[in-house]
Amino acid sequence: MVSGYIIYKSIMVVVVFLIGLGIAAYSTYAERKVAAFLQDRLGPNKAGPYGLLQPIADGVKMFMKEEIIPDVSNKFLFILGPCIAMLTACMTGVVIPWSTPITINGVSYPLQITDINIGILYVFGVVSIGVYGIMIGGWASNNKFSLLGALRASAQMISYEIAMGLSIIALVMMTGTISLQEIAAQQSGWHWNIIYQPLGFLIFITCAFAECNRTPFDLPECETELVGGYHTEYSSMKLGFYLFAEYVNMFISSAIISTLYFGGYNMPLIGRFVTDPNMLSILGVVFLFAKIFFFIFFFMWIRWTIPRFRYDQLMHLGWRIFIPLSILNILLTGAGILFFNR
Amino acid sequence: MLTNRSKVVVNKQMSFMERIYLPAVVGGLMTTIKHLFRKKTTIDYPKEKREISENYRGQHILKVDENGAERCTACGLCAVSCPAEAISMTAAERKKGEELKYREEKYAAVYEINMLRCIFCGLCEEACPKEAIFLTDRLVPVSGERDAMIYGKDKLTEKHYNEVDISKRQTPAVLAFKQNKQYQHNQLKQTR
Repeated sequence: MVSGYIIYKSIMVVVVFLIGLGIAAYSTYAERKVAAFLQDRLGPNKAGPYGLLQPIADGVKMFMKEEIIPDVSNKFLFILGPCIAMLTACMTGVVIPWSTPITINGVSYPLQITDINIGILYVFGVVSIGVYGIMIGGWASNNKFSLLGALRASAQMISYEIAMGLSIIALVMMTGTISLQEIAAQQSGWHWNIIYQPLGFLIFITCAFAECNRTPFDLPECETELVGGYHTEYSSMKLGFYLFAEYVNMFISSAIISTLYFGGYNMPLIGRFVTDPNMLSILGVVFLFAKIFFFIFFFMWIRWTIPRFRYDQLMHLGWRIFIPLSILNILLTGAGILFFNR
Repeated sequence: MLTNRSKVVVNKQMSFMERIYLPAVVGGLMTTIKHLFRKKTTIDYPKEKREISENYRGQHILKVDENGAERCTACGLCAVSCPAEAISMTAAERKKGEELKYREEKYAAVYEINMLRCIFCGLCEEACPKEAIFLTDRLVPVSGERDAMIYGKDKLTEKHYNEVDISKRQTPAVLAFKQNKQYQHNQLKQTR
């Protein structure tokens, strides 16, 4: 029984890991295609049908390129930076509930690697370690552009984490739990959290953009100002890891947004058409991924719509607008709970 | 003020709706999503070709007559008329037995056009009194080497068995104009 449990968990870990990497790889392709389509272009279409082999070609290119470690850099930290970035990006996927448990021969297999009862806190903890990947990388490069990028990144991520945490507190007050599995289960039918927490969602998604260093908050790596920001000195697959970690983060934050606010694996009315619990469970995975893909697209859509903020505007938005707003949101939620007795 | 296009700058305070920024974001998103469904402007070149006009001025051709003899007499008018100085040639005299190869007593032994210099204006074609050089609707292929872009007679001369259609550039109106050219030239001289 114990060995079966270990085998099952190992399979889950490997599958989630591979799916995460696969989606991140194809996000790079999707990013280029979406960028092209939004600009009336065609995008990559030479590698394979519709350019579908492009991520593989890019990966091979990244591996084949000459690797340069600057002479004046701190070599240990220089290598540690991308490792941390990639590691933390892959670690957050552990607590996401992909669907309701599947029952085979009377044994229930939950489609979640582990249901920690402090799921949200775990995600926040791992995400804040992710800042170290960027900071260490930028610092170890011994390059002023890298350092500036790293400083910006750390300041930005720390300030937006506060607003993000506060926006989550309102959600937690409503749900009464911080286990992602329970939050997802509570949102069955039409009870998606977005309906009860629109302001909280707005703050959360904006902070998620800032946490992922995506436009309009891509100041840590803005090409036009800082060459490449914290990864200026990186080459070959170390650079690849940084870029890749960004896409994994995008996937994970899309998954968390879908789980927290958009009902996770739930879909309204689906229970009327399908009654088999296993079938429902598989459909849940499909729905969750549909939501995730929509949010990944939304990330890209925003990227090609909104120009980058100026640094003081970014800080103004984070400290003087989002933090008061999220505190207001907590108050409103508290008042709502008091009045409606939910 | 001179152009009547000056605009008065208004430094008015933004309204609340403008300051919360969200309506502008949604408006921007709507604009970009429209482009997602728009027809793409890219032409996937080797697979599809751009539509070009009927009298497109592309790669040159040295025409041969109905017997397959070269029409060019190496008079040099095309080289003189060329604003980019892309054309150079060496004349030679026709020998006995070469009547089927060259139409008149003089011919171009070497005829070279530097496609890197050429601006495809078509003045050489206009200057030619023998209807020998024409621009066609073919594109000049790219090359990685400069030397390869100097086209000699081997690339320019039309093959008798593989005639290139230049009828779109040699319309009756053009022909009539060319026939009159000599006359007009004289007329101008007389009036002077």
